[in-house]
Amino acid sequence: MIAFVIRRLVQSVFVMLAVAFVAFALFNYVGDPINNIVGQDTSLEDRERLRQELGLNDPFPVQFARFVGNAVRGEFGMSYQHARPVSHVILERLPATLELSFVAAALALLIGVPMGIYTGLHRHSALSQVFLTVSLIGVSLPTFLIGILLILIFAVLLGWLPSFGRGTTIAFGWWTTGLLTKEGIRALILPAVTLCLFQMTLIMRLVRAEMLEVLRTDYIKFARARGLPDRIVNFGHALKNTLVPVITITGLQLGSVIAFAVVTETVFSWPGVGLMFIQAVTAVDIPVMAAYLVLVAFFFVVINLVVDLLYYIVDPRLRIERAGAAHVG
Amino acid sequence: MTPLLEVSRLRVEFATRRGPLVAVDDISFTIAPGEVLGVVGESGAGKSLTGAAIIGLLEPPGRIAGGEIRLAGRRIDNLPPEEMRRIRGREIGAIFQDPLTSLNPLYTVGRQLVETIRVHSSLGGREAREHALQLLKEVGIPAAEQRIDQYPHQFSGGMRQRVVIALALAANPRLIIADEPTTALDVSIQAQIIALLKRLCREHGTSVMLVTHDMGVIAETADRVAVMYAGRIVEIGPVWEVVHAPQHPYTVGLMGSIPILGETRERLVQIEGAMPRLTAIPPGCPFNPRCPHVFDRCRSERPELVPAGASRAACWLHLGAERPVHA
Repeated sequence: MIAFVIRRLVQSVFVMLAVAFVAFALFNYVGDPINNIVGQDTSLEDRERLRQELGLNDPFPVQFARFVGNAVRGEFGMSYQHARPVSHVILERLPATLELSFVAAALALLIGVPMGIYTGLHRHSALSQVFLTVSLIGVSLPTFLIGILLILIFAVLLGWLPSFGRGTTIAFGWWTTGLLTKEGIRALILPAVTLCLFQMTLIMRLVRAEMLEVLRTDYIKFARARGLPDRIVNFGHALKNTLVPVITITGLQLGSVIAFAVVTETVFSWPGVGLMFIQAVTAVDIPVMAAYLVLVAFFFVVINLVVDLLYYIVDPRLRIERAGAAHVG
Repeated sequence: MTPLLEVSRLRVEFATRRGPLVAVDDISFTIAPGEVLGVVGESGAGKSLTGAAIIGLLEPPGRIAGGEIRLAGRRIDNLPPEEMRRIRGREIGAIFQDPLTSLNPLYTVGRQLVETIRVHSSLGGREAREHALQLLKEVGIPAAEQRIDQYPHQFSGGMRQRVVIALALAANPRLIIADEPTTALDVSIQAQIIALLKRLCREHGTSVMLVTHDMGVIAETADRVAVMYAGRIVEIGPVWEVVHAPQHPYTVGLMGSIPILGETRERLVQIEGAMPRLTAIPPGCPFNPRCPHVFDRCRSERPELVPAGASRAACWLHLGAERPVHA
């Protein structure tokens, strides 16, 4: 177990280094950083002096090592666009994105899993057919279209909910939350629904397929033959056996929810890191882009690590296998 | 003595688009308290379906289309699901074929035992665990104190089947339906499991319906045996009689196809042809296309079970018993 964690951590470090390398390459290959900083009338001598001061003449490995060293401390230099440290810009924007992502992921799980169980258990009921049909829309409509449709209906036509921004937020240190004010929650509803719809239908279909699979197994039949009540059989025995694939997909999806909140944030002008990234791309704000890249990779790596550890908690067969015991099935 | 289990004119059908398919056709038998009834037959003869019908776990589209099942005089084939659930485990236990897949891989064997015990009794957590431990010892799991907290994959096939037996016996049912309990096991383990099952059922006074296609297991274990063919019972009687003096031509063929140690025979007897598919069961006696003694009546009229020797056989040859058949 500990050996496994260490091995995964080492792998994670390599993944992060590779991403850092790509992010670092942005500086050198997407235009000349000096050009991005100074004006047009700066003399060649001044440019050379600045280049020297910023360490841009150092050998490549030295520069990369410096970049990584700074990145580890959370420093990605100054944003060209905002003329402030990138870390400040990100920290300011991060709570909005994380809040949106986690609310969307929680919604997707809390609605998707029960719907999946229901449609798995009552395969032929009318409600299951409704769920499945609606879920088809969920998987096939692109996120931005759903967002725009929701804005059209609930913000423009009905006027019930705001269509942009975070509403009122309350700050705790550097963290800001919209979850504690009525305005904040109202503003969160549409973007969260937009972001969660695809994930929810995906989770529902996954849970349903896994339930159907598990309900056919001998140990479920045997559990029924022992006279265990349906509640225990369905939720204790069957559901737990569907969890491994569900955790995998949910974990990966949480990563994409954070990374691809970009679209939703743009549609709803949500002041998160996704919107910040789009603005950075438009302004060729390379430090911000690089930092965003590293940050998203970091989230993915952490989530994958957590997912792998959850397998160990859910499935006892994995725990023993590492100890060298026989593994059947 | 009133029989513990009484199955009369049971009929199991599968609804299909082209009308119902009769998989178990009008079968009747009883099991006395403490008795072991062997049920033999080829795959698809309806043995396992009969077991599933008794325990109320027929999978749709299969359903009981006729007849009655009584347990200790109480009719159980038409009970509401919740009442039937209470009977499963507590009154009728079940053992399935494959011990490797019968246990939930994510829970320890102790947890599965405790859960079963607590559903059927008012025991508290600690008492239930004590009982679970005692059951594991009873089925011969060495070092039960440690094994109780292990997961199914840490047990060998034979040990898992012992756990399955412990689970089936957890609420001390009066009847156990054992569906091919040894088929998936090594031959050397099979004898142990059968001996264990036999001993436990004798000690607990449990009746057993032992479904198998292994005549050796039946001969060793059962008191009586029912031979099934194409969804019907073709012969039923005391095990010694059926094995040594089979009355139905199908049973004769079945017994002839078992190799006997020490006896030199050129070839084993084969029954020509194959059991008919459920969609194409011939009229009259279902065995008539393969029967060496077939005559006209067999092709038109279905024979009922009639006394034949010490057993009862569904064969026109025994009407009036003018021509006993022997191999």
